[in-house]
Order: sequence, then structure tokens, then C-alpha cells
Amino acid sequence: MTSLLKDQPPRAAPAQPLPGAPPPPGRRPGWGDDEGGPRRDDSPMPGMATAQLGMLMFLAAEGMLFAGFIGAFLVFRFGNASWPPPMQPRLPVAVTGVNTAILLLSGYTMIRALRAAARRKPAQLRASIIATALLGILFLAVQGYEWVRLVSFGLTMASGIYGATFYTLIGTHGLHVVGAVTWLLIISLLLARSRFRPARRLPLELCGMYWFFVVGVWPLLYVLVYLH
Amino acid sequence: MNETAAVAHATHESPGFVRTYLFSTDHKMIAKQFLWLGLIMMLLGGLLALMVRWELAWPETQLPLMNLISEKTWEALNESGSWIARMIPNGFISPESYNSLFTMHATIMVFLVVMPILVGTFGNFLIPLQIGAPDMAFPVLNMLSFWTTALGGLVMLAGFFVPGGHAAGGWTAYAPLSAQAIYTGVNWGQHLWLISLFILGVGSLMGSINYITTVINMRARGMTWFRMPLTIWSLFITAVLLLFALPVLQAAAVLLLFDRTLGTSFYLPAGGGEPLLWQHLFWFFGHPEVYVLILPAMGIVCDILPVFSRKPIFGYKAMAVAMISIAFLGFIVWGHHMFISGMNPSLAVGFSITTILISVPAALITMNWIATLFRASIRFTTPMLFALGVVSMFIIGGLSGIFLGLAPTDIFLHDTYFVVAHFHYIVFGFSILGIFAGIYFWFPKMFGRKLNETLGKIHFLATFITFNLVFFPMHMLGIGGHMRRIYNPLQYPFLEPLQPMNVFITVSAFLLGASQILFMINFFWGLAGKKTWEQNPWEANTLEWTAAPPRPPHGNFLTPPIVHHGPYVYSLPGSTQDWAPQNEELPGKLARAAAG
Ligand code: HEM
Ligand SMILES: [Cu+2]
Repeated sequence: MTSLLKDQPPRAAPAQPLPGAPPPPGRRPGWGDDEGGPRRDDSPMPGMATAQLGMLMFLAAEGMLFAGFIGAFLVFRFGNASWPPPMQPRLPVAVTGVNTAILLLSGYTMIRALRAAARRKPAQLRASIIATALLGILFLAVQGYEWVRLVSFGLTMASGIYGATFYTLIGTHGLHVVGAVTWLLIISLLLARSRFRPARRLPLELCGMYWFFVVGVWPLLYVLVYLH
Repeated sequence: MNETAAVAHATHESPGFVRTYLFSTDHKMIAKQFLWLGLIMMLLGGLLALMVRWELAWPETQLPLMNLISEKTWEALNESGSWIARMIPNGFISPESYNSLFTMHATIMVFLVVMPILVGTFGNFLIPLQIGAPDMAFPVLNMLSFWTTALGGLVMLAGFFVPGGHAAGGWTAYAPLSAQAIYTGVNWGQHLWLISLFILGVGSLMGSINYITTVINMRARGMTWFRMPLTIWSLFITAVLLLFALPVLQAAAVLLLFDRTLGTSFYLPAGGGEPLLWQHLFWFFGHPEVYVLILPAMGIVCDILPVFSRKPIFGYKAMAVAMISIAFLGFIVWGHHMFISGMNPSLAVGFSITTILISVPAALITMNWIATLFRASIRFTTPMLFALGVVSMFIIGGLSGIFLGLAPTDIFLHDTYFVVAHFHYIVFGFSILGIFAGIYFWFPKMFGRKLNETLGKIHFLATFITFNLVFFPMHMLGIGGHMRRIYNPLQYPFLEPLQPMNVFITVSAFLLGASQILFMINFFWGLAGKKTWEQNPWEANTLEWTAAPPRPPHGNFLTPPIVHHGPYVYSLPGSTQDWAPQNEELPGKLARAAAG
């Protein structure tokens, strides 16, 4: 405590309240930055940009949502003597393995996009973002095709606990990919209209965090749901 | 942001009615929006409780005042299939609607009263002000959080008007009771209940993300973690709890909704489902949730006691650590709600142990409160009285919790009125009394006006006494074998001797309800009263009292405050003034004493 006190800079006059006075205009230093920059004061905490921190919290909540679904899935997977239950269609392990590789590759292109933004290479940035979005769309397309086939083999939400857990878990992830791809498409649109100043990397970085989350949970789902 | 908007944002030139009162991004206005939502819902939730009580005291008799409506009108209502006729046919409570009444009473009280006020109002109002920030980290997200909650509330209310009536599976919505319409006769009511819960969860999560980020990143210069008021600690921990618990409830609700609408069988044994899965998911959320309902009130009490005992809080760091451990342990005790559910009995031992472990930090907090009060010259103001009420009620509610936390006693007490007594000592005796303490304490800061102290004290006495008259006898009822959630106790001969107690409780409950009229009078009278320019009426240390004027503008502080010491520097030996605001630099020797 005393050591903290010693760290204090020389102190300005205490803020004397003027009843009714309007606050001074403009951004005032000493608080978290609106743009998500790190704190500029002698913060007792290591600075992480406000927006990134918020995104991290959001992803923690997302993680718990998946944890809830995965927990339910595990109850059924390990609560049933045979899994998959007899008379149920088998899941496309190999095709989805390839699809997993596609998604992981999109994680790599996202890394490249972030690197390009950091090095201010707009052309590479645009190419990597579009590549990421296309890989995401490809992943969704393959999955959509597999879903259509599975439904035609009789695996549906209502066909039993196997189908229900499968569509809930994989569908939730799929919805997240749809959201992330939409976000990427908006960003690439902004980039094409060159409204996106490379100096303002923040939205890109947030999108990157979200994308890494979506890519990151997938291998876990693949192992749990497809491989047994 | 375009040019004009930027200027408007910077100077806050008369943003207009809509931007000031409806879609405000000022955390103080959003706090008030949550307060109004919560208070209005409290009225509704209380009304439902009184209807439940009426049924228990005088089963299958006509509700009061209903004889004023003529038989013809009832007939017309019945024929038109109106929602009133469904809820109270001919002015009587039917068995089906009784189930809806207690389900919705609890749902509304938990999700639309205590959470909006304790977390929404106090979280929004206090976090930026007490840590010395101009606003939340994400003001627009903050506004969305309120409107999402309001939408969730509307969806919840809509359930009263749909055919089949509102959800009737209890606020815990155990499957398979809640999973198929055939069991309760409720179809759309339960759908809407689940959808609303999901939306309310989204609103709360937005708030939590904001709170956590704000506390971590927006603290004023010098506001270190261990100089934060305990209210901020409690709200921060609450936000973390919500962040990790709510998504699990949402996942569970989605699965239940699928069972009801898409023909899945997650919770239906006939289709290979597992009813216990719902209980596990629900209580994984539910137990942290009960800490959500008390932690902010705990923090508020920690801040109010020192102000009116003019003493530092006893064991500041121990308090923060105790709250953290309560939150942590709160995630591994959920099984104590399921001792007789048919889960593996050896698990019950583990859950009993973790539950009893939680009482260690809880007891520590209570002891620290008592130590804070020990030999203090107490100022018995209204907020202090309510805070003292919380301390004493927590002792009773905590002790009854121990009997319920141990499987051997709980097997006997589960699903009896003993449980109802226990959780009302917590949710009313702790959360609601804590809410009142907070409202009386921060009203001058929120509205720039003062509440009447005398009326406030009468309100406290009336509430405190009638509350105990309502809920203490429920312990005896429960031990006597009175089950909860029954429509007519008189159908069991062994409960007949207990019926006078039911009547006594109901009469007291009506008095408890009537006592709240005193609060309403005080509240509206205060709002209409004249403005006060008194900036720090309670002579408190935390930063919100240094923000000027009494009702600070959007932006809160004229210049960023600098914090020099912790929030509980009261009656410092050698100091002429018995308090020291956190932004006031003390001379060398005193500063060392304050830091030590
Ligand atoms: C005037 C004050 C109140 C009265 C008279 C009252 C009365 C009751 C009654 C009679 C029940 C039903 C017991 C049964 O299941 O048979 C009940 C249940 C419940 N109440 Fe209250 N209550 C009050 C305030 C509150 C508050 C403020 C909260 C929450 C913050 C609350 C939360 C609950 C909960 C969670 C249940 C359990 C419902 C269930 O098991 O489905 N109550 N209350
Ligand atoms: Cu519990």
C-alpha cells in the first residue's frame, strides 16, 4: 500500500465541483480510450485494449454456451451403452476431416490478414480476408451438403437423441460460422471501398478473435462428435 | 461518427427527450430505467404472491373484491375465453392457475425484480461513479442491455395472455413436467417463458461484459484493486458469475424448447432422454444465480455499515477474498438441490461437503460485519437500519441453509415450507432489504433529492416486523410436513392443525404488502420534492459523493479524479474530520495511517 502511494505523481488540485457546470468537451485523458487503446495513465493493471477485453469476455460466455451443449452431449454419449445407437446412419468422418482442414486453413489466412494489417499491406490484407471468408463459406457448403445427405438417410432432430445432439451441437457451431463469415464479408466490402484505414485495425482484430474462437472449438467438436 | 454527432457527444447539448430518457447511453439514466422496470415488476410479483397466499389460507374461496363483479360479467368473461377468466374463473383460483401464479411470482421476482435492481440499477449507477470513470466501457452496449431486458420482460408478460395460460412448471421448470404440454396444459406460456429467459440472459450478459471490462480498464488513477469499494468487488464478481452461469441456462433452455417444439427428447425418457440433465444444467446456473441475487446486496451492506458506524470495515481484504471464494465454490455445489432426485448418492456426500465449505466465507463476512459494528457509535439512519436488517436476516437464512445443505436433514426437509422459509430469508431478508438500503442510501445521488427519514424508518420497522411474521412460521410449517406448491393444504388431514398458521402468515403477508405503500409514498414524495445541493449528505468517502453536482451530468467528473487511499478511512486517529474522501490527499503521517 505505501509503495503504491509513493508511485503517485505530484497531485493536481482536487476537482472542485461547480454545480451545474457542463463537462468539458472532447475526450479527456486519464480514462480508458474510446477507440480501445490501452489506458494511458499509471494503471495498476497491465493495459489490454478495452474493446479486446470486452470481446474476450464475450468469447468466455460463448465458451460456456458450448460447454453447456457439450456437457449435454457427453451425458448421452457416455450414458448410452452403444454410441452411435444402433440403426442410426453413420457420420461422414473422412469428408468432415477434410472440412476440418479447410477451417484450420482459414485460421491461418486470418493470421496472415492480421499480419498484413500490422505491416500496412492493404493488398495482402484484402486477399487474406477474402480467402478467409471463402474458406468459411466452403466449410459451410460442405457441411450443408452433408446435412442434406444425413437427413435423406433419416437422421433428423426428431429421429432420436443421436440426431438431436448432432444437429444442436454442430448447428450451433455452424450458426457461429455464418455470423463470422458475415462479419468478414462486411469487412472485405469496407476494404474494397477502401473505407477501411489500415491504421484502424481494431475492428479487424476483434473479428480475428471471433474467428479464432470459431475455428478453435471446431477440432474439439470433430473429435467428440465424429470420432468414436 | 459524423461531425455534428461528435460535437453533440462532446458537449451534450440538449440531446432531446428520446435520447435523454429512452435511448440514453448515460449509465446513470440506464440505472434509473432498470430501477423503474424492477419496481413496477415488484408490484406485479407481490400481487401474485398475495394471491398464492390467499389460496393457502382460505383454499378455494373467492378472492377479495371479486364479489363486486357481477355473475353476468363473469359469465361473459368465461364465454369470451378472456385471460382473466382463465386465470381466476369467477374470482376463484383454479388448480391450474395456482401453478402459474407461484411459477410467475418467482420468475418475476428473480429475473425482473432482484436482478434488474441489484445488478442493473446499482451496477450501472455505481460502477463508473465509484471507480471514477466517465461512463461504462461500452455505453451503447449498455443501452442495448436495458432494452434487451425490457424486451425479455415484455415477452414474459405476454405469457399471461396466451391461450393455455402462463408457464406452470415452477420457476425451476423441471422436465418432463415442463417438456410437454400435456402435463400442465400450458403450451405457449411455457414457450414464451423459455424464449423470454433466453432474451433476459442476453441482456444480462451484455451488462456483465460491460461491468467486467469497465472495472478492469476504466478505474481512475490510483484506484488500485484493493482500493475499490466492496460494492465494486461484489458487482465485479457478480458479473463474472453471470458470464459463466447464464450461457449454461440458455443452452438448457434451448434444448427444452427443442423438446417442446421440434420433437426432440433431450429430457423425455420415452425418447431416450434424461430428465436429470435439466436439473443438472438448471442448478449449475441456479446456484451461482442465488449468489448473483445476494452478492451486490452484500457489497452494498459492506459500504453502508462503515459510513454509519464511522469505522473502517473490518477485514477489507478478507471480505474481498471471501466473496471471491463464495463465487468460486458456488459453481460446485449445485447438487445440493438434487439430493432426492435419484442422482448417485455418493455424489451427495461431495455436494454436502462443498456446501458446508461455503458457509466458512459466509460466516467470515457476517463476523466481519459484526466486528465493524462492535463498539461503534452508530448513526441509525434508514439505510443503516436496512443494512442491519440484512445482517440479522442473513444469520437466520444462513443457519437454515446448513440444515438443507446436509443430505441427511435435507431428505426430510426438501420440498417443504422449510425451504420456502429459507430462501425467502435470503431473497427477501437479504436481497430486497439490501435493495431498500441501497435506494435510501443513493437516492440523493440518483435524483438530487432526499427521502424522508422518519417515513423511511417507519417503513423499515413495518417491513422488518411483518417480514418475520410471514416467513418465520414457515419453518415450523415445513418441519410439520407442509409441502410447497400445493393448491389446497386442507386435502391432507395431517395438515389441518397447521391451518391457523397458514392464515396467520397470509394476514401478515397482506400487512407486509401494505407496508410497501409507505415506501411508494416516500419515493414519489421524494421525487416531487425540492432539489438538494448537498453533495455528500452521509459524509461518505467513495468517489460518487465527490462527483458534482448532486446529480452529475453525463461524464460524471469534471476532471478525472485521482485516488489516494482506500474507501474506508473513517475516524482516523489524529485527523480532525472523521472521514476522508478517496480523492483527498492526506498529509504524510495520516496518509501512512490510512494506507496501513
Ligand atoms: C411479499 C413478499 C413475498 C411473499 C408473501 C411470498 C410468498 C411466496 C409463496 C407463498 C411462494 C409459494 C410457495 C409454494 O411453492 O407453495 C413463494 C415462492 C417463491 N418466492 Fe416468494 N414471496 C415474497 C417475496 C419474494 C421475493 C422478493 C422473491 C425473490 C427475490 C421471491 C422468490 C420466490 C421463489 C424463488 C419462490 C419459489 C417458487 C417455486 O418454487 O416455483 N419471493 N413465495
Ligand atoms: Cu443452491
